[in-house]
Amino acid sequence: MSIATKANAIWQYANPKKFLATTERVLPFFWISAAICLAVGLVWGFFFTPDDFRQGSTVKIIYLHVPSALMAINCWLMMLVTSLVWLVRRHHVSALAARAAAPIGVVMTLIALITGAIWGQPMWGTWWAWDPRLTSFLILFLFYLGYIALWEAIEDPDTAADLTSVLCLVGSVFAILSRYAVNFWNQGLHQGASVMRAGAVTGTDTTEKVSNVFFYPLFLCIIGFVLLFIALVLYRTGTEIRARRIRALLARERAGA
Amino acid sequence: MMPDLGKYTEAVLSSYALSLLLLGLLVVLSLWRGRKVRSEMEQTELRISRDG
Amino acid sequence: MIALLLRDLKLAMRAGGGFGLGLVFFLIVTTLVPFAVGPQSDLLASIAPGVLWLGALLACLLSLDRLLALDWEDGTLDLLATAPLPLEAVVSVKALAHWITTGLPLVLAAPVFGVLLNLPAPGFFWLVASLAVGTPALSVVGTFGAALTVGLKRGGLLLSLLVLPLYVPTLIFGAEVARRGAQGMETGTPLLMLAGITLATIALLPFASAAVLRVNLR
Repeated sequence: MSIATKANAIWQYANPKKFLATTERVLPFFWISAAICLAVGLVWGFFFTPDDFRQGSTVKIIYLHVPSALMAINCWLMMLVTSLVWLVRRHHVSALAARAAAPIGVVMTLIALITGAIWGQPMWGTWWAWDPRLTSFLILFLFYLGYIALWEAIEDPDTAADLTSVLCLVGSVFAILSRYAVNFWNQGLHQGASVMRAGAVTGTDTTEKVSNVFFYPLFLCIIGFVLLFIALVLYRTGTEIRARRIRALLARERAGA
Repeated sequence: MMPDLGKYTEAVLSSYALSLLLLGLLVVLSLWRGRKVRSEMEQTELRISRDG
Repeated sequence: MIALLLRDLKLAMRAGGGFGLGLVFFLIVTTLVPFAVGPQSDLLASIAPGVLWLGALLACLLSLDRLLALDWEDGTLDLLATAPLPLEAVVSVKALAHWITTGLPLVLAAPVFGVLLNLPAPGFFWLVASLAVGTPALSVVGTFGAALTVGLKRGGLLLSLLVLPLYVPTLIFGAEVARRGAQGMETGTPLLMLAGITLATIALLPFASAAVLRVNLR
């Protein structure tokens, strides 16, 4: 296969019919593997990992906190990419995928915030601190809410897709700006991102590393969250495509009658 | 069976419970709306193909 | 362009609302704060820079929903869109008019309200400086929000929901300048950051606002 046809291969899913047919086939795989990964990862993490010598059993919260926080950010990134694709290539599926992803992002952000608060209470002695990471997530949460509210407020789907896409682009820039502003504003309690740093994973960085005992189930949970996210996005995008089709059918019917 | 969570039992259990509840809610609501929209679409398609 | 600016200013003056309302709102917020937190002057002095910034921000927000709505309703925007002037320039002028009618009075009035809140003496200069540098960004970002929601019947609340998160960086750096200034600390870094944000929004955001407005006018 030449590069050109390969590059074309992904765009064929911009056809709603093709998208629905394909997702119908692959969805069961994603649902089941997400369920397996999450079940194994969470059970492993909850029942079969030792307590941390400093944090005690609260370390088990990591299996929910870290994956949900990762997905909260990745979900926004995915919306950013699909918004760009919509603005440049005008594929409806792309805009609808961004719409379908937003509520998932809200839930992920909420889980990260809630588990963070519950974890912070015994560790830092407070449910909430205006720590840069916590604050950034709260701001991300607000961005998600505004984005969804704008989608809901506009009647015409194409106008809504355009406006939300631009909001997503502008919002991304301001979200990054806010992240730096917040960092400047307050140095925090939260430890650095210890999971994804290479040194932490290979164990060369011993000060804050997440040891292998915790890492394997955590890795499984992250994969589980990713798979669950993909399954939900594909499924919800299908729903949005069908809702759009209903609208179109009704509009055509009214125009004909 | 149940691991000893020490003095943090409440924190760990409540965070698991809340997170799973939220995830479950998200999945159930997505599936519920998906089903509804799907059947609605099929009915609309059927009605339109019958009428016209 | 200048004609458009003059027209907007004249309308704002004549309508009576735009010019004074934001200022009065700012005054009321400043008056309510001591009722809420108590009259201790040292406490007021320490929170004054933040309160004044927040008041200015809310006063800016208050007048945003009329920014484009009037021209939208009577069809002026459609005319402006077909005029030889690019829409990017139109929204920039709109933002400028909004700043002159709302932001500038706030900047000028802030020292007076600073007295009410017992702002420490070195803080006055930095408060005015930070507001002067920061409020243009509030107007430009607000214009973007107004352009997004202009076609909606009840856009007011949604507008605040969309615009407030975008105000976060400006508020953080602006209030930081005022706070550090009031405590006699070094203010260079946050002031530069604030100026950077303002310049970047003025340079880039009108394109987004114009794009959004075109979609809404379609």
